[in-house]
Amino acid sequence: MTDILIKNLPILVVLCPLMMSLFVVLISNAFISWILTLLTTVLTFILSILLFQEVQIQTYISYALGNWAPPLGIEYVIDKVSIIPIIIISSISLLSTIFSYKLMPFEVGQSSISKVYSLWLLAIAGLIGLVTTGDAFNLFVFLEISSLASVALVAMGAKKDKQALVAAYNYLVIGAVGATLYVIGVGLLYSITGTLNMEDLSNRLKEIDNNRALIAGFGFMITGIMVKAAVFPLHIWLPRAYSYAPSAVSVLLAATATKASLYILARILFSIFNISDDLIIITLNYVILPLSILAMFAGTIMAIYEKDIKRLLAHSSIAQIGYITLAFSIGSKASIAAGFIHMFNHALIKGGLFMAITSIGYYLQKRVTINNLSGLGRQMPITFFCFILCSLSLAGLPLTAGFISKLYLIKATISSEGIWIVFLILFSSALSLIYLWKMIEALWLHENIKKIIINENPYIYISLLIITFLNIYFGLDASLIVNSSEGAANTLMGFSK
Amino acid sequence: MPLLVLNQERQVKMISSSIGIWNYWIVFLLMMIGLFLVIGRKNFLKKIVGLAIFQTSVFLLYITFGKIAGATPPILNEALDTVYSNPLPHVLILTAIVVGVATTALGLSLVLRINSEYGSIEEDDISAQDLVDYHDEIETSKKLKSKFVK
Repeated sequence: MTDILIKNLPILVVLCPLMMSLFVVLISNAFISWILTLLTTVLTFILSILLFQEVQIQTYISYALGNWAPPLGIEYVIDKVSIIPIIIISSISLLSTIFSYKLMPFEVGQSSISKVYSLWLLAIAGLIGLVTTGDAFNLFVFLEISSLASVALVAMGAKKDKQALVAAYNYLVIGAVGATLYVIGVGLLYSITGTLNMEDLSNRLKEIDNNRALIAGFGFMITGIMVKAAVFPLHIWLPRAYSYAPSAVSVLLAATATKASLYILARILFSIFNISDDLIIITLNYVILPLSILAMFAGTIMAIYEKDIKRLLAHSSIAQIGYITLAFSIGSKASIAAGFIHMFNHALIKGGLFMAITSIGYYLQKRVTINNLSGLGRQMPITFFCFILCSLSLAGLPLTAGFISKLYLIKATISSEGIWIVFLILFSSALSLIYLWKMIEALWLHENIKKIIINENPYIYISLLIITFLNIYFGLDASLIVNSSEGAANTLMGFSK
Repeated sequence: MPLLVLNQERQVKMISSSIGIWNYWIVFLLMMIGLFLVIGRKNFLKKIVGLAIFQTSVFLLYITFGKIAGATPPILNEALDTVYSNPLPHVLILTAIVVGVATTALGLSLVLRINSEYGSIEEDDISAQDLVDYHDEIETSKKLKSKFVK
């Protein structure tokens, strides 16, 4: 029995939310649909933990879908790289499902709850499938499942603010163009290699050099995925989509959606193509490195001038994505590990910050701007406490998770690139203190004129407390994340040899 | 790599004609028309149409890869030396068509909702309305702006 379970884990972790989304849509009762969603996310989380343990033993789990042998059939691959985004997605989706219990009925209305949760599970299934699959075309299908589901989820914010519709529309159009570019790239690679399996693709690509279709295909794939991952000049869909989505959706998307795409970016750069290839070296040094540095500063500066808090956090996400791509672009083992560490920590940090801000929005019953935050810190001490800890983690103060990722990023940068990049990293994280302080000042030092009395609801702050605890825990004992990220970097670099 | 070899043979044939395989020119043309509509048009409906054209060009691109000069449709027959066209791109495109239909449907339903909420589907009208709303929100909350705790 357990053997069968273990053998089929890679597909179960995708099928569990995918199938349950079909059940949830049939249920009219809001509470029951929430319970079912919660159970599904708990189950998915347990399955992904089992997978994590299994990967520590086997290091490479391959699952042939429908029992068709890999190079021809679709293969699902779980290795030390793909397990990291799976853990991120399943844990954040569990926490944000708990978080959504009170907020979802308030924001989208009781009647459409079950449909929203159905889309919610579909988005989770799409994201997990995206990172599980080892087939380049299957990846496109999952990319579209997750992005169509998240577009519909973003559009659900329309009950509160009609701008959510335009945000969802832009997300859809830009996302679809990105996905189509990716498909063009896959098609070009397929035309020269005749395979879609990623491992097979990387083996066959080694035998081909200086082919124009290969260069064009690589360019299309990278651009398409960079749109999805919101790497700097291709990020315009992100701030609007995150800020007008219903709160729980913002938490889920901000913490997981771009991480999955960043993982795909790493996969394309380092495992389908070879790191020692001139093409990749040029792309890393002259495209991704400058764009990441621009992203770090552009995101931070936009966040400093932003008044709407959800949008501010979205802009800061763009800067944080810049740190992750910067780590990838340096291209040494240590820096790729640092990229994965920051991917994990940023999911925790941004998840926590979005939870804190959107729960303030719930109590205020309106959009959170910098001006109507004033004095609320004293009214809601638990949320404020968590908010402060997550902010410190974002700024990268010692004893928080953010410190660990900055530490490893800087260590990796010093050992391989010029010292000037280290200064840029430090400078932009110092700049991020400005917008964090702006919020903390409004929350704590300003007086509350309207004298709102707020009773904090345990249903809302419980997941916020958990995520804050994780932020501190992984700041004190980072061995788990660091080890698995280094394992991931080793696998990624070894894959291409 | 049989496909590569066949492609190379095809390339030799291609050079003999001056314009090459003109499917690719059509793909290129459709792709540019589609992308231009998505980027250049301010009308939300026209953008969706552009997106559909853009995706269609990719379908044609894949179908063209699958075609091998002088080959028969991939149906098994008795002769051993038959060259078959590659059926896999067709199957992939079936999937991509489904995805394209879903994208278009979702896009059109969003356009409908936008039209009923804003009374327009022109990007300029909508962003003007949004800007007014955004400023209203910031300004009203500015009036309540608090003092420092003394």
